[in-house]
Amino acid sequence: ESQASGLPEYIKIVEVGPRDGLQNEKVIVPTDIKIELINRLSKTGLPAIEVTSFVSSKWVPQMADHKEVMRGIERHPGVQYPVLTPNLQGFHSAIAAGATEVSVFGAASESFSKMNINCSIEESIEKFEEVAKSARNMNIPVRGYVSCALGCPYEGNIIPAKVAEVSKRLYSMGCYEISLGDTIGVGTPGSMKRMLEAVMKEIPLSALAVHCHDTYGQALANILTAIQMGVAVVDSSVAGLGGCPYAKGATGNVATEDVIYMLNGLGINTGVNLCAVMEAGNFICAALNKKTNSKVAQASFNNGTI
Amino acid sequence: AFPKRVKVVEVGPRDGLQNEKNVVPTPVKINLINMLSETGLQVIEATSFVSPKWVPQMADHTEVMQGINKLPGVSYPVLTPNLKGFQAAVAAGAKEVSIFGAASELFTKKNINCSIEESLERFDEVMTAARAASIPVRGYVSCVLGCPYEGKISAAKVAEVSKKMYSMGCYEISLGDTIGIGTPGSMKEMLTAVMKEVPVGALAVHCHDTYGQALANILVALQMGVSVVDASVAGLGGCPYAQGASGNVATEDLVYMLNGLGIHTGVDLQKLMDTGTFICNALNRRTNSKVSQASCRL
Repeated sequence: ESQASGLPEYIKIVEVGPRDGLQNEKVIVPTDIKIELINRLSKTGLPAIEVTSFVSSKWVPQMADHKEVMRGIERHPGVQYPVLTPNLQGFHSAIAAGATEVSVFGAASESFSKMNINCSIEESIEKFEEVAKSARNMNIPVRGYVSCALGCPYEGNIIPAKVAEVSKRLYSMGCYEISLGDTIGVGTPGSMKRMLEAVMKEIPLSALAVHCHDTYGQALANILTAIQMGVAVVDSSVAGLGGCPYAKGATGNVATEDVIYMLNGLGINTGVNLCAVMEAGNFICAALNKKTNSKVAQASFNNGTI
Repeated sequence: AFPKRVKVVEVGPRDGLQNEKNVVPTPVKINLINMLSETGLQVIEATSFVSPKWVPQMADHTEVMQGINKLPGVSYPVLTPNLKGFQAAVAAGAKEVSIFGAASELFTKKNINCSIEESLERFDEVMTAARAASIPVRGYVSCVLGCPYEGKISAAKVAEVSKKMYSMGCYEISLGDTIGIGTPGSMKEMLTAVMKEVPVGALAVHCHDTYGQALANILVALQMGVSVVDASVAGLGGCPYAQGASGNVATEDLVYMLNGLGIHTGVDLQKLMDTGTFICNALNRRTNSKVSQASCRL
């Protein structure tokens, strides 16, 4: 029996570098650099680029310029530019700034929910329902994230049934896609498989995405497992931007370049130009004065070949 | 279905150190190997009996071989590129040896200055002597998923070289993605071809993480029934073909994945991480293991 047959023919890559990536970088990035990064990413063929977050600048200073960024970027036809909106206020602000897609962030862990947004999972769902309702009235698609899908920095092990339950709540309120996040990167192909099996009982496969962190080096193996099970949407971050706030010095998001390299090798279509992504990665790393976290970029630039 | 047990072959002290810039003093090498011996690893590649003119890092091969604690149940294979090296290895106490072939003519020419056919003839001498001395021989095939000079390598060529080395008497064939460019797609294609010629129980994979693909490639190999995986503590050993890029996959990251899959390795991850910390301090470098980086509270 071949594991590799049954892989999707096309995989949608959701680029989270400008939001999830930069949010977890120490250096505050000037607005014009953020805009330049997003404009460069828009030319790579990426179908979706998470632009910014309409949260209070008190909590997330990196995203304080959300309005300017939203208004300043070029909007390429065929590319989605979702933004985070943790509540109704953020949602209205996002729409006023021109957003045409939003995201809400739930978690499969009560402790994480409490520590992160100071309320229970149930309370957070109620807030998101307000957003989803307004979004529905305005025909704005909503993407739902479930954090801690494979483990929590506070609770440790997270049972798959809980992930399925929260996913179902988000899907039922109208989220068109549920991105399952291994927030601290502790997952392995074993736990990924068990979690997806539980979630797939509640949510159609076509509405699922995986958002893997590479903190323990497991991201590509976990993504491979997910796509072998039919998942066809993968989140990643250019140059692997964004460290892990729960393990000092450790890495976070999986690098878009490394994901595309793997998918290219599997003959899976993404529509994304790997060289163009590497160039965008090169740009933002120079601006951040840091080395790339993408192994493909490291190997290619040093080799002189791509 | 995955194998229930996987044998991890630790190549840090040889493949790892050989590709590190700083020459490591003999006592540090010996301590590294001794610490690795305490982790539960069953196979630790100790050194290489090549001329120190070519590989200065391995000049102390005899002292290392004679200086290490050899734990019962643990194997300490050494590289022996020719009969002379083999004899020196046996004289120094080696009980298992390895020979290195390649699936690329150009790579063989550049690396050891002869054709694949000629290299196999040299190995034949080693095989004969090893057989006479009842010494097991492990065969490596380099460039199985691509070559720094030739580019693409046909799966059929890999199968051909593997078959020859297996027929010569190698008990195990370790298939090496020497420059780490392979992906799960090319790994599957290559293994499918090789498994027609060599039983899967005699196969191992030796993946480099230069393009971040190692664990995904290893996962595919495991899914196809391979149950022997090479790795290097702390991901020691850069890539000589891509300056500044990484090389070997880190043993810690591999064991973390296997643990998560419920696959038995017998390896104590914490002791392994401690060993990685030791050698990185001695080399004055950061670890390449992400598991180690994440676990360190510095």
